[in-house]
Amino acid sequence: MRGIVHTLALILAGQLAQAVEIEDRAEFGDPEAGRVLSVLSTTDAVVFSPLVEAFLAGRPDLRVTYTVASSQDVYDAVLSREGGFDLVISSAMDLQMKLANDGFASAHVSPATQALPQWARWRDHLFAIAQEPVVVIVSTRGLAGLPEPHTRSDLVNLLRDNPERFSGKVGTYDPAVSGSGYLFATQDARQSDSYWRLAEVMGTLSPRLYGTSGAMISDIQTGRLILAYNVLGSYAQALLEPGGDGRVIELEDFTHVLLRTALIDRDGDEPELAGEFLDYLLSDEGQTLIETRAGLPRINEQALRAGPHLRPIRLDPGLLVYVDPLKRQRFLNEWAAAVTRR
Amino acid sequence: MSHGAQIGGSIRRRLVLQLLVVAAILSGLLYFTVRSVADQAVEATQDSILGSAAIAIAEELRGGDEALVIDIPYAAFSMLGAVGEDRVFYRILADDRTETGYADLPLPQRPLSGLSAIYYSASYDDADLRLAAVERSVLVAGANVRVVVVVGQTRTAKQAIVGRMANRAAALGLGFFAIAAALAVLTARSVLAPLANLAEAVGRRGPQDLRPVTRPVPLELVPFVAALNGFIGRLGVALSRTETFIAEAAHHIRTPLATVRAQAEIALRQAGDDRIRATLRSVIRAVDDSARSAGQLLDHATVVYRSDQRADEDIDLGALVEAVLRSFAPTAELKDIALTADRPEQPVKVWGDRLLIESALRNLVDNAIKYSPPDTEVTVELREAKLRAILRVLDRGRGLAGMDASGLTGRFKRGANVEDVIGSGLGLTIVREVARAQRGTFKISQRKGGGTCAELSIPLR
Ligand SMILES: Nc1ncnc2c1ncn2[C@@H]1O[C@H](COP(=O)(O)OP(=O)(O)OP(=O)(O)O)[C@@H](O)[C@H]1O
Ligand SMILES: [Mg+2]
Repeated sequence: MRGIVHTLALILAGQLAQAVEIEDRAEFGDPEAGRVLSVLSTTDAVVFSPLVEAFLAGRPDLRVTYTVASSQDVYDAVLSREGGFDLVISSAMDLQMKLANDGFASAHVSPATQALPQWARWRDHLFAIAQEPVVVIVSTRGLAGLPEPHTRSDLVNLLRDNPERFSGKVGTYDPAVSGSGYLFATQDARQSDSYWRLAEVMGTLSPRLYGTSGAMISDIQTGRLILAYNVLGSYAQALLEPGGDGRVIELEDFTHVLLRTALIDRDGDEPELAGEFLDYLLSDEGQTLIETRAGLPRINEQALRAGPHLRPIRLDPGLLVYVDPLKRQRFLNEWAAAVTRR
Repeated sequence: MSHGAQIGGSIRRRLVLQLLVVAAILSGLLYFTVRSVADQAVEATQDSILGSAAIAIAEELRGGDEALVIDIPYAAFSMLGAVGEDRVFYRILADDRTETGYADLPLPQRPLSGLSAIYYSASYDDADLRLAAVERSVLVAGANVRVVVVVGQTRTAKQAIVGRMANRAAALGLGFFAIAAALAVLTARSVLAPLANLAEAVGRRGPQDLRPVTRPVPLELVPFVAALNGFIGRLGVALSRTETFIAEAAHHIRTPLATVRAQAEIALRQAGDDRIRATLRSVIRAVDDSARSAGQLLDHATVVYRSDQRADEDIDLGALVEAVLRSFAPTAELKDIALTADRPEQPVKVWGDRLLIESALRNLVDNAIKYSPPDTEVTVELREAKLRAILRVLDRGRGLAGMDASGLTGRFKRGANVEDVIGSGLGLTIVREVARAQRGTFKISQRKGGGTCAELSIPLR
């Protein structure tokens, strides 16, 4: 392992975009190397390090700065146009779409991007690098005696019929805090009416609200939660102890599939390098590493076809609707009214 | 094929060229029409989607006691992704104040209607946009608020579709042109076929065939055929007039000469004075000379005329030789010349004009007798060799004294060896013309052992 990993927790990076609250920062490769590729991402550095190291192998002239921030901060950093980042990877598809639509991404055409299925890219600007089902996790111990839910109506019935069991034991994303949570909630809301019923029912159970999937998963494992709704399946698979208590359920009425997307910042200094890294991520080798080492499912049309309940969130301008500030405010108000009963 | 005709352009080439020009123009028109229709159709499609999106947003506008409620439906933007991956921009204004969206998105120049969307093009953020705008009045807290919804989209997908259509249109145009070109060539050929048929039919005619052209021809060729028939008619008349003229001229010259000769002979018989007798003898000689010349001139003219108007037939040269020798028998006898034929028993057939060949043979035999001393032999030899019939007239006369055919076959050319022998110098000229008309050859040379050998060869039938 040539790369030296520096972890700088929660640093307000003065030399970088002011608005960005950096959660983590890692350096890969020779610190003396001439060219620097700067990646801004919502994905933890630990998850991505095998990929970056594989990319750097045999390229002593390069180093990579990997900065982790929340999806909103990632969005704001690109929006500020202060530069400093070359490749921007985020799980918030709507914000990425907004950036691409508003001209903050530069086009990149290569055999690797051309090979992507149509649903996995938007123009030559936004590219999916992984597809992650959005799932329900239950604690089998906590559920003891009750049937496992398979659809949202099952879920509604289960929660409604057992309020004493689930009260305070249900968790989901706080859409006001988490970009992914907001995306999942808005997509649910537009996909089915049962979502609002579910929200209402959860609201009666004083749900716990989270900012990350990881937190929900660990609370399932400690027994603080019986059920977590809208969790990134990839994290769940990786974090749940084998043979443990947590079970991952893909709801059969529909299960959204999140596309983790990358774009090349128009204001970056190394667009070519960003393109090369992007091509690497999309290459067979990169995709295999994403699946085996990063634990994120690779882009795979076959898998989608095999699961008819899997619905990839579409990369289309519809995503822009919930980014609209008025619409966002309206949705959050409605959501709060249903769930938090404030 | 052209037989000396001057070529001044080609109808077929001109026809093909003009058809090609027409096809090219039509192909071009096709291309531009398809292109512009595609352009309009795609623009109309994009407009209608933009309009639906704008209207869908306007439909969701709500008034109320407190504030204007704007709730953009997901489908409004989602449907904009249906045609292609174009960037989407929007702007919602209430009483000219931007409520949400892109605050600098251009507004339409024209007044808005509340009922249907209006469409316009503008440039925004370095991109060409197509935009739709609708206006709605919403009652908010008892006051009328004028809300304008603008939805715009870049035109990449439209350009891509139009580009694809244009490519297809170009292929269509090229295909159309290729087919038209092939058809043009075929058309030109079929249009010109009657002309080619006519030319072939006229060309195939025998030299004597001066009948008018009666085969049916297309309307457009009727004036040409009529003119041709008129020309053939005049030619026929002119030819028969020439024929008659030659015959009449021969008669008109020979008859008075014969009279003069007869008178001169009578006068010679009666004259006592030696000087007068000598004069009369030279008159008779001059008349003979003139008669000979006139005869040869007319023969020559006949041969030249017949060369163009040959009446070819199957001729047995053996029989012809016998006939000619028979006619010369008296002349030969006068000089005690043994006139013999040496020929194969079976007939030797050639395809030619009997009159021409006979005329040539007569002149050769005439020369052989004329330029030979009495008591010698003249032989006419007939042979078949290598697809040719060979006629040789052999004598033991004075020979050619080193002269050759080229010097002797010219018109009015006589050899230095003629002494007092009467002649006009046209005999061998006639032979040469005949040889040429029958696609044969003629040579004259010194014969081994003295005398002359004249050889005429004619292709066998
Ligand atoms: N058999 C022959 N022997 C010797 N000389 C000949 C013989 N045939 C032709 N010639 C020579 O060739 C010349 C040309 O012959 P040609 O027959 O054309 O004329 P011609 O006999 O003088 O006159 P005509 O027109 O009356 O026959 C003659 O003048 C003669 O000199
Ligand atoms: Mg002669």
